Amino acid sequence: MNNIFVYCEITEEGHVADVSLELLTKGRSLADELKIKLEAVVIGAKLNGIEKEIFPFGVDFIHTADDGKFFPFTTGSHARLLIKLFKEQKPEIVLFGASSIGRDIAPRIASALKCGLTADCTSLIIGDHEDKKLKKVYKNLLYQIRPAFGGNIIATIINPETRPQIATVREGVMKKEIKTENYKGKLVAIDLNNVFEDLDFAVQIIDRHIEKQKINIKNSQIIVSGGYGVGSIENFKLLFDLAELLGGEVGASRAAVDAGYAPHERQIGQTGVTVRPKLYIACGISGAVQHSAGMDESSKIISINTDPHAPINNIADYTINGSVDVVIPKMIKYYKENSK
Amino acid sequence: MSFKIIVLAKQVPDTRNVGKDAMKADGTVNRAALPAIYNPEDLNALEFALRVKDKVKDAEVIILTMGPFRAAEIIRESLYRGADKGFLLTDRKFAGSDTLATSYAISLAIKKLAPFHLVVAGRQAIDGDTAQVGPQTAEKLGIPQITYAEELVDVNEKEITIKRRLERGVETVKASFPIAVTVHGSAADCRPRNAKLLMKFKHAKTLTELQNETKDYTHLYNDRPYLNIDEWTVDDINADVDALGLSGSPTKVKTIQNVVFQSKDSKALGTSNDEINDLMKELLDSHIIG
Repeated sequence: MNNIFVYCEITEEGHVADVSLELLTKGRSLADELKIKLEAVVIGAKLNGIEKEIFPFGVDFIHTADDGKFFPFTTGSHARLLIKLFKEQKPEIVLFGASSIGRDIAPRIASALKCGLTADCTSLIIGDHEDKKLKKVYKNLLYQIRPAFGGNIIATIINPETRPQIATVREGVMKKEIKTENYKGKLVAIDLNNVFEDLDFAVQIIDRHIEKQKINIKNSQIIVSGGYGVGSIENFKLLFDLAELLGGEVGASRAAVDAGYAPHERQIGQTGVTVRPKLYIACGISGAVQHSAGMDESSKIISINTDPHAPINNIADYTINGSVDVVIPKMIKYYKENSK
Repeated sequence: MSFKIIVLAKQVPDTRNVGKDAMKADGTVNRAALPAIYNPEDLNALEFALRVKDKVKDAEVIILTMGPFRAAEIIRESLYRGADKGFLLTDRKFAGSDTLATSYAISLAIKKLAPFHLVVAGRQAIDGDTAQVGPQTAEKLGIPQITYAEELVDVNEKEITIKRRLERGVETVKASFPIAVTVHGSAADCRPRNAKLLMKFKHAKTLTELQNETKDYTHLYNDRPYLNIDEWTVDDINADVDALGLSGSPTKVKTIQNVVFQSKDSKALGTSNDEINDLMKELLDSHIIG
């Protein structure tokens, strides 16, 4: 009762998703701080042995529902089970991955339980809150910290009155760390009798397959963009590495597209797309007006260029006088070591 | 009975258009510098609804939005593009609602418009990026949901087939009505304004807007009822006031930290480890990355 629950997603390969393991790690440390237990919920098919992946993260209870109809994921059946479980167990905190599954199901749960939900948290901390109007002090609330307003503000959200406090967190935000290989917890099967209604299985899956999304630089908040000065297709790969790491997209100047470094759909500027990301990293781009017209409203611009007098430096917030193949690996290295 | 499609749309500050003047010197958001726009994914949702309308006999598309008086702008925009009617939920008592309180109000308005077949909304709004109101509304209506719709594969009076965009792939699903659908930004862009519809609905107005006119045009609106954009208050949807606004919102904002953009003065750096590391640290600390 009043414990921390983590909803564990099951991957195509039948394992617990990384994002869920990261949340178990976070859940364990929050549970220790609050001196409560950590519980996991796994709903899927052929879950035999799945507990071996979960207990080592310091999980005290695993609730499982194992049936062919629970995989692949459909909202209706999983939501019905979770709502029932949480009504019985009255968790203090529930964590979901901010994945296509977690962001689909968590709002339904919060809506049914009439409690607060905070999406895409970047940090979860325990803290107190004093409501000066009500002259009331709330102890040990979950501070749910997330960017809002297009990333222009960082908000700390709390749910003083309602339980559970529900949050979603993106993959890679929290650390994944095994607590003890032979941690001992209890495995409990969720009672599936008289739970479901026909409506819970109303959405029928006809087909699923892997298909890459179209390139979407226009809506990307972070763009790593390259020009002719990048020098080679190999160096351009560094841009892709950095963009992927930062959760951004790769853009290109016309010169880079003409040189065959990048396809046309990545072109930014007058003859390409116009972008206004939070961060624009211009690599080896001289910054002809045709290009800058398509990106000069970016919030923050970093220019990496061997030419200190490149026109793009005039609109950049930071200019790094150096070559792409030296600077980007250093950025990648620092980010990997310090981002969590 | 006609086939009723309700589109949930929101007017939002254009947070993507964050130029260098978007933040004031004291670090607060300069709202005046952010124009109010039609939430981008709600335009994808409108297009999705219009495509259903194109394929199903006797279908009508109704726009439902909640916001201040001026949110009537996006209802007009929807009418220009092919929607049939619009409702604006507007009341001071809605102010401060989080996603739970919002979905409560919206679900009551939808129930008032019932019976309906399809509720369509954008996946998320760019001012909050929560993607919560669609599923929360579906739960309150007690209907199934299909999130992240990318393509309308097929639809008839009985059922709908939709391709969904997931993280690592796509999924095609089929369901009968009523159902709620949230539409992903990778779905088809919204069709442009139609010149005839623009002429027809140019003067579509809410009662509040009419009252602000210097002349009394009421008789003209009585002759052309389609020009009336209905405003609904808390009383019109019989909502419990305690479940709305700040009191109906379980989530509270404890603190807000502004991500302060530095001035335009550019800093010149070399390529030493320290210089690059300091820059990355600054970007991480200010939450621009990470």
